[in-house]
Formats: sequence, structure tokens, C-alpha cells
Amino acid sequence: MLILAIDTSAIASAALLRSTRTDGAAEVLASFASTETNTHAEVLAPAIQGLLTEAGVAGTGLDRIVAGVGPGPFTGLRVGIATARTLGFAWNVPVDGAMSLDAIAWDVLAAGEVPAEGFTVAIDARRRELYWARYGADGSLAEGPRVSVPGSLPAGPVYGAGAGLYADRLAQSGAAAVERFRDRQPTAASLGAAALRQLARGGQLLGTTPLYLRESDAKVPAAMQGHTP
Amino acid sequence: MSAPLPTAPLVLGIESSCDETGVGIVRGTELLANAVSSSMEEHVRFGGVIPEIASRAHLDAFVPTLRSALDTAGVTLEEVDALAVTSGPGLSGALMVGVAAAKALALATGKPLYAINHLVAHVGVGVLDGGDLPENLGALLVSGGHTEILKVDALASDVTLLGATIDDAAGEAYDKVARLLGLGYPGGPVIDRIAKDGNPKAIRFPRGLTMPKFTGTAEAPGRHRYDFSFSGLKTAVARCVEQYRARGEEIPVADIAASFQEAVVDVVTSKAVLACREHGMSTLLLGGGVAANSRLRELLAARCASAGIALRVPRPGLCTDNGAMVAALAAQVVMAGGRPSGLRFAADSGQPVTAITL
Repeated sequence: MLILAIDTSAIASAALLRSTRTDGAAEVLASFASTETNTHAEVLAPAIQGLLTEAGVAGTGLDRIVAGVGPGPFTGLRVGIATARTLGFAWNVPVDGAMSLDAIAWDVLAAGEVPAEGFTVAIDARRRELYWARYGADGSLAEGPRVSVPGSLPAGPVYGAGAGLYADRLAQSGAAAVERFRDRQPTAASLGAAALRQLARGGQLLGTTPLYLRESDAKVPAAMQGHTP
Repeated sequence: MSAPLPTAPLVLGIESSCDETGVGIVRGTELLANAVSSSMEEHVRFGGVIPEIASRAHLDAFVPTLRSALDTAGVTLEEVDALAVTSGPGLSGALMVGVAAAKALALATGKPLYAINHLVAHVGVGVLDGGDLPENLGALLVSGGHTEILKVDALASDVTLLGATIDDAAGEAYDKVARLLGLGYPGGPVIDRIAKDGNPKAIRFPRGLTMPKFTGTAEAPGRHRYDFSFSGLKTAVARCVEQYRARGEEIPVADIAASFQEAVVDVVTSKAVLACREHGMSTLLLGGGVAANSRLRELLAARCASAGIALRVPRPGLCTDNGAMVAALAAQVVMAGGRPSGLRFAADSGQPVTAITL
């Protein structure tokens, strides 16, 4: 199976992956990850074009596109999902979603020292909050994703760039930022690998509806309250 | 020798700068499809466009709107010669959905992509309704997000901003006043309707930036000769409503609506005609959603006629935000030999009219 994975929940990233073995083990044919978190609309499309050229793959030859559906800051998140949906339409390739924090969970498992009690993954949600999810020792999702202040995360190790941002606040609630992962953001290469294994195990991927986790912030103005149009 | 320029390119245009998701398809100056999905209903309870709500709606509306446009036009993506998208000005998060989708289409199909100026596209749409645009052209754009006077020397390459609002857009003022009067959203159509029963001279509301210190003279123009301001007008309406309330009197909604509308339309039309006279513009094109306003059309037609200026108003579905206008302008750019924008450009929420393409 040949897939294009895209994630823009924090940085912008894309990867072409192929799985040939039945256990879903994946080979990354080409990958891209930006360092910026605010240039998604500029860098993503040229990067995907570059990956296809580098790997000598035609878009119409893909079996699937997998889009990270967040959680993540809204504007950037939509760039990846809009790109994935539109490419899927144009190439006539099915598009699935995957929860973006799964990418970091995949990296934690790959690093091979998973605590028996499980672990938490967190990235920046801005406004002094974190997007986070809790995983079991086998990497299965146990809780979340949620958005909340750093002090409300479960006790235990916390992986990802969100942990690095609020290491002190996490420590106050018995959580602990894992040093080696304190800059880690979700990447499409890891998200795609996690998705391929999920499929190989007979699991389902998500739809491409974004996991905003927050309302749109709009307040009904005083003059409109009680007014029925 | 270079290849001859295409004469009637098949262009697909994408618009997402505010609350309308539009995909339009043209062949040269012929309109083939104009699919629009609006999130207006979702903004009603807020009395104005909420950018995040608009952006969320764009994401979900885009592919269905694209499919609808292709079906209506009876063309496939493979047949399209060029793609186009509004890159600005507009709401940043909203623009980015259209830009990301357009780049994905360009990447998937290998077709050239043109990043198009939203305001100039409101002018370019004129070629789809009423034939070629004449020389010595001016444009008056009035909508919920814009109030501008443009000088159009060459649609694809030379457009100048003569005047613009320095605060609220005219349509925004309509929305705010409708809110004050409890008339709901959007404010334009309802105020236009209610104003018909009111006296436009009942209350003399201020005409923004019309004092000589702002306008100057033709020889020594003031800083805001062709500019607009509507925030003072909105405040004057609010104060007027408060005074009726404080006195315990019934608020004369129709008179206030009519007097407010007259203040907006008076200053907009007089400045547009002034700009035409002083810049040798013999035709004026009206665009933007407020072009549907009956009093604006009536007074502008009368004042243009008196001044010997020809007035062109594209049909309403082409005046409001749509993808066909983006495609129409891009087709002009393609026919003029303009270069595509590539995949690396950024959406520009403040894109100036001098940047017709990026």
C-alpha cells in the first residue's frame, strides 16, 4: 500500500510511505517537515510536489491519503485537511483522517522505552493551554484528545513540544516533561506509519473532520441577544 | 518567436475571502458556471461575519462547490487551461482555505495557478456581463468588507486605488445600524426595504470626510478627497436611537433607516462621480454586494447620467463574492500573457489593488 500522509497540526509535514509486509511495517519513501508553525499555506504544496518527484510517484498511483485532523491551531490545521481533501478529489484517491497526537505516540513507541503505566502526549494549543492525549503502554489511545491548562494533565511522563513549553507547570501536578521529546512535533511520516499499522491490524481510520476541540470563540453581541431573526 | 497567447482559456476560479465559498468557470469572457456556498446563515445570530465560523464553513464547502461547478460547466479538471484563486485582500484564515485548495488542485493537475486580487476581480467580472470593458474605466466597490474607488487603466496590469474607507465598510455600517434598530443580519436588504417607508430627510446624519479640510480642491486635493468614513455615521445613529429611548418615545425606525441610507448613498455616489470627473473616467462599474441596494443604484444612475458617465452594473449574482469573477480576471491575465504565480505565494489579507496577481 502506497500512501501520502499530511499533517499541519503544529509544523507542516508530508510523507510518502509504502507498506509491503502484512504487519503494516512501513518504509518512508520521502518526507518533508517544516520548522515553522505559520507557513503551512506557503510550504505544503511545493513540498508534496517535491516528494512525488523525489520518489517518482504519480498522485493517481496512491492508494490513500491520510490527513492529520488535529487537534491543532485552526488555521494551519485546515491547510492540511483542505490540501488532502482536494488532492483526493483531483486524483480520485480515498482520504482518511488520523489523530495528530498519534504521530508523537508512534515516535515514543519507536524509541523503545515506554513506561508500563502509559504516557501522555502534548502539543501547544496556544492561549496557555495544551492539546493532549493519554496512551497505554502499547500505544493505544486511552484518553483524549483534550485541550486544557498544563496543570490539569494526568500524572506521569509527558512527551512532545507541549511538555517542553510548560515543564515547570507540569511538574506541579505530578506530570513530568520527557527531556528528549521536549521539542517533538507531530510529523506526517510518523502519522502515516501509525495509520498503516492500524490498517494492517484491521483497524479503522478517522474521517477528515477537524478535531477543533474549541468553539469558534464568537460571542453574540448584546444588541443581538434575545433577537430572533 | 513566442507562442501565440490563448484567446479563450478555460479558467477555474476559487473565492474564499469572506463568507462565500465560490468556484466559477469561464471560457474567455463566457460564464460557464458560478457555484457559491454561503455561510451567511451561520453568522446571523452574531450580526456580522465571524471569521472562524466562515473559515470552518469554507473547509467543508470547498469540494462540494468544486464538484458542482464542474458538473454545471460540463468540463473536467483535465480540460481546464488555468486555475485561479483569491489571494487577498480578505480574512486571513478564510483566504488560506481557498489558497490551500487551489494549490492542491494545481499540484494534482499540473495546471498553472494565478493568485488573484479580490477587488480587481470585482471589476474583472464585468467582462462576463455586458461585453468588453471600455477605456477610461472607474470602479466603485461597495460591500460588507470593502468601499473603494478604483481607476482601471488596464484590467490585467494597471489599477490604481483612488479612495477607500478609512474605518468601516459601507455594508458593515448597514449591519451595525440594522443591529441597533433590531432588524437582524444582513443589514443591507432589510434597511433598503424599510427605508422605502421612511423620510430620508427626517434626520440629517453626517456625511463622513466631506468637509473641505479633508476633500480640498481638484487642484489641491485634501488627504481624503475620495475616501470614506462610516464609523461616525454609525455612532450618530446610535446616539439618535438612544435619545428616542431616553425620552421614552417610539423609535422612528423607517425614518432612521431612510436617513441613514441616504447619508451612505449620498457620500458614496458623490465621491465616485467626483473621482470620475477629475480622473477622466467616462464609465463607472459598480460592484460588491451593496450594488444590489435600490437607492444606491437609483442615485448613482441619476448622478452618473447628469455627469455624462456611463454606468455598468453586472447582475447581482456576479456583484456579490463569487468564483467566476476570479476566473474572469485570471482569463484576462492569461490572455494578456501574465505569468502564473506558482505554488509558493502566501495569502495576503491586505493585498493592494496594484498587485493584480502575485
